[in-house]
Amino acid sequence: MAKKKTIRSIPQERTPMREQDPQVRAKNFEEVACGYSLEDALRESERCLMCPDEPCIAGCPVGINIPGFIQKINEKNFRGAYDILTDTNLLPSICGRVCPQENQCEGVCTVGDSLEAVAIGRLERFVGDAAIKEGWVNIPYIEPNRFKVGIVGSGPAGMACAADMAKAGCDVTVYEAFHQPGGVLRYGIPDFRLPNAVIDAEIDNLKKFGVKFECNTLVGRLFTIEQMIDEMGFHAVFVGVGAGYPTMLNIPGDSLNGVLSANELLTRCNLMRARDFPNFDTPLPIGRRVAVVGAGNTAMDAMRVSIRLGAEKVYCIYRRSRTEAPARAEEVHHAEQEGVEFHWLTNPVSVLDDGKGSVRGMRCVRMELGEPDDSGRRRPVPVAGSEFDFETDLIVYAIGTNANPIMGQTSKLKLNKWGYIGADENLATSVAGVFAGGDIVTGAATVIEAMGAGRKAARGMKAYLGIRDVGLPYISGDGTGAGTLFGIDTRERNFARVRVA
Amino acid sequence: MEMSNFEIVAREDFSDVTYLLEVRHPLMAKAAKPGQFVIVMLNEQGERIPLTIADFDRKRGTITLVIQAVGKTTKQMQQECRVGTHLYGMVGPMGIPSPISHAKKVVCVGGGLGVAPIYPQARGFKESGAYVIAILGFRNKDLVFWEDRFRDCCDELILCTNDGSAGMKGMITDGIKVALAGHPDIDEVVAIGPPVMMKACADATRAAKIKTMVSVNPIMVDGTGMCGGCRVKVGDQVKFACVDGPDFDGHLVDFDDLMSRLQRYAKDEKAAHERWSESCRMTKQVGASALDALGALARGRAPQSELLELPDPFEDARGG
Repeated sequence: MAKKKTIRSIPQERTPMREQDPQVRAKNFEEVACGYSLEDALRESERCLMCPDEPCIAGCPVGINIPGFIQKINEKNFRGAYDILTDTNLLPSICGRVCPQENQCEGVCTVGDSLEAVAIGRLERFVGDAAIKEGWVNIPYIEPNRFKVGIVGSGPAGMACAADMAKAGCDVTVYEAFHQPGGVLRYGIPDFRLPNAVIDAEIDNLKKFGVKFECNTLVGRLFTIEQMIDEMGFHAVFVGVGAGYPTMLNIPGDSLNGVLSANELLTRCNLMRARDFPNFDTPLPIGRRVAVVGAGNTAMDAMRVSIRLGAEKVYCIYRRSRTEAPARAEEVHHAEQEGVEFHWLTNPVSVLDDGKGSVRGMRCVRMELGEPDDSGRRRPVPVAGSEFDFETDLIVYAIGTNANPIMGQTSKLKLNKWGYIGADENLATSVAGVFAGGDIVTGAATVIEAMGAGRKAARGMKAYLGIRDVGLPYISGDGTGAGTLFGIDTRERNFARVRVA
Repeated sequence: MEMSNFEIVAREDFSDVTYLLEVRHPLMAKAAKPGQFVIVMLNEQGERIPLTIADFDRKRGTITLVIQAVGKTTKQMQQECRVGTHLYGMVGPMGIPSPISHAKKVVCVGGGLGVAPIYPQARGFKESGAYVIAILGFRNKDLVFWEDRFRDCCDELILCTNDGSAGMKGMITDGIKVALAGHPDIDEVVAIGPPVMMKACADATRAAKIKTMVSVNPIMVDGTGMCGGCRVKVGDQVKFACVDGPDFDGHLVDFDDLMSRLQRYAKDEKAAHERWSESCRMTKQVGASALDALGALARGRAPQSELLELPDPFEDARGG
């Protein structure tokens, strides 16, 4: 047996990932981070201590067996690594790219206590990309059952839920309002962070599982959730439609031409290919000086897209300081490298017009950090008399989203006071057979959290439909009858909820 | 359940610029209600353009769209959409259906292309037992369409043309004056058309405090509340036309803001259109006369101030 690894014996430095040069990449939409080579991956896999308490697994929203797959990489058994990953995560190429690992698995990594944490996300991506390249796909033996499951929304939550339900043998159909599936992965996250080829590959995998995708279908308006259950023969429905509805600042000048949401900018650029205008018909507002308000991942995407579209100056306007910025550290770093000018502790007061209905500039006020607020972050307060104007011709709001109202308008689903769909701990909604998860339940969050919610809802759905959850280890009763119901182990959760009335 | 492949099953040309497409989509025909709209994509490279549903036929399983060829996409559709061809995509029905209220006497106003989407509302009001007065405005006799359909479902029809070549000579607001003079007990006015026209309608009924609903037509991308491009000022609130509308109280809508926002992509739209016209000339060898007609049209487009005369429809406005 190999000698036990210690913190001293492993490679001390985290293996860097090759990246496109900032000067070059600021002018193209090719992927920024080029991924690990075989040598890189092997070297980085050496850094995992295989520690017994495995904090990374608990740190992962979907509970990937992280040391397990890293061990396989280390043994050069990449197919084996892929098998372990896909036990819990069907979309390793996507998650390896877009998860905020520093707050999840890598944030609790034992190595990270004294050195830089193991680059788990990069290793995950390495395996996922290898699978796409080699055409690996793990199609388990699926025994069809009689259940028909509908998924509303083809984003990360819907994809994860669809995968689990298809694996369980259900006949799964995913509905998408746009003309292409993928949800936020497609319209929101730009190509240089998540290439379309990767999304296509992951969706093709789902199709190999028997999942059907129906685009151009606006559920709620074309048919309702209730119709899906009552008339269309779906035994269960998962709603993962995302938060949608972008927040505007509600300051004077909001409706001037040249003020738009990050969602609009990104959708035009990514999904509608407006950056290839006029080869594609959708136009895009091009700014010379672009100010992006907000400092989350979406804000970073909007800034980096603006740079690639040819803006001379791109400013980030954020009312708190860098420490509070919600974006992944890597994204802030990349934006900085590409030339974004950060204005921390700055808050917009009004948008200035040019007299012709367009934006001329923005009036801002300096902020300072006061007492902690409800979110635990220090509350920014304006500094009196510190207003200043600056020139900009395009203003992008990336300050979050509200609940999309369509589901509430068209169904009897109970909503919470913010308009999000109310769901219990199994993500069951107020309507029997209907489950919901992702941003439409929690408000805007991350891709992996949405996927986690999709999987959790799938577990709830299986229990509701009476399908034994293969994710739970089966332990038979001890013969005393304790923990059983009429002799059936309760862990099987093999009891369908009965719909009364 | 049958999903659609967006086949065009019928087409009718009302004039050189206005045409009707009937698209097969049984599921949508079943779901559609007056006042709702669809988003259409002509091809994979196309833009998403919102079009109000002009009619739906549950038996035939079709959705009817009436389109005016004004921008690149709508002109390309005019050229390419033949019976038997398919759209790349059509999603809907979108938006909150128009509330067919219990009003006893209703005026339905349609200007230019707005005549098409006001039709299902007029029919809806008639079916719910109201006395329906339709006021339809066109630039001239040649552009008039669906007069017969309205005659079938309305108690009164006031047809206005700018040059007096059909019906009364005058603008839509003149028609409204006639209706108001003849009927002091009008409960509600519903107006669909270009923003300038809807603004004029709202102004015409403001003094008499008659409830006036309008259907706004801002630029949209997704149509599902996700991009916020279609936001309009309604009173002191900001609303998204795609999911909070498209119908709003005409007395509260900030039309100047709406019209200004509609001009956002005017330059790009013009460039795309010129480029497309050029490529048609180069590659397709389309009959010279047709192209000249298109060119003349593009050059002769009415400036904003004259839009009241020609209810120039949803225009570059809608990105079309």
